[in-house]
Amino acid sequence: MGRKLDPTTYVKRGPGRKSRKQKGAETELTKFITEEETAQKRLSSRSRKRAGKRAQVTKKPKVTAVKEEPNKGFTDENSEWLKPAKRKREADHIDDDDDDDSDSQWEQEEDEEGEGQKKKGKRQLIENDDDDDDDDDDLVDDYGASEDSGEGEKEGESDEELLPIEKAAKKQKKLQEVMDQETDDDDEEEEEEEDKDGEKSGDEDMDEEDTVQVNIDEMDTFKLPKAEDIAKEGVMLVDLQTIHQRIKDNVDVLSHFSTKREGGKDRAEYLSLLKKDLSTYYSYNNFLIDKLLEIFPVSELIDFLEANEIQRPVTIRTNTLKTRRRDLAQALINRGVNLDPLGKWSKVGLVIFDSSVPIGATPEYLAGHYMLQGASSFLPVMALSPQEGETILDMSSAPGGKATYIAQLMRNTGVVVANDASADRLKSVVGNIHRLGVTNSVVCNYDGRQFPKVMGGFDRVLLDAPCSGTGVISKDPAVKTSKDESDIQRSAHLQKELILAAIDSVNAESPSGGYLVYCTCSIMVEENEWVVDYALKKRNVKLVPTGLDFGKEGFTRFKERRFHPSLKLSRRFYPHSHNMDGFFVAKLKKFSNTVPTTTVDNGAVEETEPSGDVKVQSDSFDEEKPFKAGSKNKSKKQKPDGKPVVSQATANGKSAKSIAKKTQKNENPTVPKKAKMDNETEKVDKEINKSNIVKTDKETSKEGSRFQKKGDKQRKSHIQSKKRIGKNKFNKLKKLLKNEFGNEHL
Amino acid sequence: MRPLTDDETRTMFEKLSKYIGENIKLLVDRPDGTYCFRLHNDRVYYISERILKLATNISRDKLVSVGTCFGKFTKTLKFRLHITALDFLAPYAKFKVWVKPGQEQSFLYGNHVLKSGLGRITENTNQYQGVVVYSMSDVPLGFGVAAKSTQECRRVDPMSIVVFHQADIGEFIRSEDTLT
Repeated sequence: MGRKLDPTTYVKRGPGRKSRKQKGAETELTKFITEEETAQKRLSSRSRKRAGKRAQVTKKPKVTAVKEEPNKGFTDENSEWLKPAKRKREADHIDDDDDDDSDSQWEQEEDEEGEGQKKKGKRQLIENDDDDDDDDDDLVDDYGASEDSGEGEKEGESDEELLPIEKAAKKQKKLQEVMDQETDDDDEEEEEEEDKDGEKSGDEDMDEEDTVQVNIDEMDTFKLPKAEDIAKEGVMLVDLQTIHQRIKDNVDVLSHFSTKREGGKDRAEYLSLLKKDLSTYYSYNNFLIDKLLEIFPVSELIDFLEANEIQRPVTIRTNTLKTRRRDLAQALINRGVNLDPLGKWSKVGLVIFDSSVPIGATPEYLAGHYMLQGASSFLPVMALSPQEGETILDMSSAPGGKATYIAQLMRNTGVVVANDASADRLKSVVGNIHRLGVTNSVVCNYDGRQFPKVMGGFDRVLLDAPCSGTGVISKDPAVKTSKDESDIQRSAHLQKELILAAIDSVNAESPSGGYLVYCTCSIMVEENEWVVDYALKKRNVKLVPTGLDFGKEGFTRFKERRFHPSLKLSRRFYPHSHNMDGFFVAKLKKFSNTVPTTTVDNGAVEETEPSGDVKVQSDSFDEEKPFKAGSKNKSKKQKPDGKPVVSQATANGKSAKSIAKKTQKNENPTVPKKAKMDNETEKVDKEINKSNIVKTDKETSKEGSRFQKKGDKQRKSHIQSKKRIGKNKFNKLKKLLKNEFGNEHL
Repeated sequence: MRPLTDDETRTMFEKLSKYIGENIKLLVDRPDGTYCFRLHNDRVYYISERILKLATNISRDKLVSVGTCFGKFTKTLKFRLHITALDFLAPYAKFKVWVKPGQEQSFLYGNHVLKSGLGRITENTNQYQGVVVYSMSDVPLGFGVAAKSTQECRRVDPMSIVVFHQADIGEFIRSEDTLT
């Protein structure tokens, strides 16, 4: 309980509310007038002050010359000493005007009102003149002189300024009032300070005006800023608004280059400015902007960059193992979640607009009724279209979203092998798998590149390769600045190794499958089309339609690179056009378990090469159709469970069929693969489908003769490369051979 | 990965039978293929034969999880059921407890079930009987042990505990690292 105030000892503080003086009509009038005034010029209060000041500076001094005389002195002497004071007066007047910015307006009004009075006054003066000529001679002279000079100066000005006496009197009165009031003085001081500031900021004002002017110019024709301006920008603070405007104008010019370009400037200049502006405005590094500019046309690039600034909608996937989408939606709506079905293309997706509860901690989530998953992550699994009872590998599975989706599509039949290279991230995979009630899973922690050695013969493989993450910049803005050329190259290299390992894990003879889906959350061509193109050359795979009815086609040509034409079957997804993370999906079908081996410098293969009667098989340099070429080298190889490789190949040279087989039952079966990897990394492409090495018998190789052999072989293969047998004939041959030799070697 | 020894099997089955009683044989003899229990890293996994075969390809140190984890053997060789086993406990559970929506959240944060939050309980539940906890909309939330028999539950005051908490699905988030 607080102490009660004793009313007897209560001391009043301050004048109290009612003692405050009520404002008179003049304030209301001010308001009224300011409204009119502001309608004319839309300026901030400061700039209005300054504008007023500028007007004063131009007009007032002339007025003041006349003003003072009637009050202060009537003699020439007076006028003399008044002259130096004029300047001070000017300043004062300016101050006054600044002081009561709003007042000045009604002051003017008063002036206007006072016009009549002024006229009267003048008349009086004239009368005076008439009456007391002698008395007021000086006066008259003065007036005459002043009026003359005044009129001479302000011929072009309005009537109001022609009658300055009354105005001057008003000013005088005001001045006195100002002198009386201390508070006003304080204000004055402040104003003076502000004036100093104002002088400093005057330049800036001018700058602002200039920029405004420039912007107006830009509306008409966009002009490239000069080099020194740009240099200056680097030093000075940059105005993002200006840059944004400049980007817009620049894009406009670039999209209608022939009509809107500035004479003498070429496209490169515009582009370099645009790049610089974009990297400043969106804070990307130059490398990434360059890369993106290669992928997108300019106008689309802006959309893309803008889309990266906004978050993608939160989407969830219904776990059909435990519930139905309708039930889940109802349960979530009851919890105060605002949601909608994701789209026609998905039967399990829901978009969350807003939620009153954390969507990752509802009892439904914990019970495994749904999984938080980006819309783009649905796509590769849908492209994979797992069938019930199949054996499927998810090569890099963390955090388990896609793996559980696969299991859900298979209704917990078959096997899902969820692999990931990181043991830490596997914990979330295990958690999610158990939470969602997936029982057909095996979780393991291998490096994906080793996988074919561990296990093979999968019906389908999903490879969500680790990537630079340029498609998910909205999720992880660090990508904007952290990536450079070497990062892209590094991940592309890893991806190439992984895709080969993934292809090797697939069993082409699977009755229902033999498919591989390759996807990344990157939009870089190096990590997508290039990698797939590489796989097409290296393995017996072909691209098949993904089964996704939207998305943009993959590139078949990019800068100087030409990819396999079937790459248009792959799909790209962009944040700005599909409102999901940037994504790339390609579906490959493996049509033969053979691994087309490269001959030229494959030391390991050479080791097993017989020294004697070697017949060399034809090869093809047909880069356009690597898989067709690959099919020629049909052979049986590699039981998926990692047994030693036994390959049998047919050869064809000048209609004489030579039967050869390659047994890789060497000292070390892993050596060939390793060596091949090295090759692949070194010489990225060109000579891919060099023919299989052919051997007649299980003879041991002689190290000495190896290199000679190699040379011979190469030459022969060049000669023979033109003559190939057709597919049908080849198949017949193959069957024949199988019957004869197949059983022994397999 | 190895099959369970007799002792281990007995310990585990004793534990399981507290919740699902004789339904335990439904887990072992399934119409859709043979299922078995395997021990890996002290944890017991319930796997179908087919997956088991495939999993033998994977070396021991690289295998993280296979099938469904039921629980683990402690250092004192007792068996502790994990929440991951709930998928197999819930359909066969003999004694059930339903919690009211208000107490749902509390249970999911690891608290015991109070009388005030008790929605329904299976008739003639004995004291210390293993029970599976459901929400009122029949979503399994976890399992525990009945602190009071059904008869006692009717009489006790609202703030007394009726089910001791053992595991709840909130652990999927709270203790993701120790699940397997």
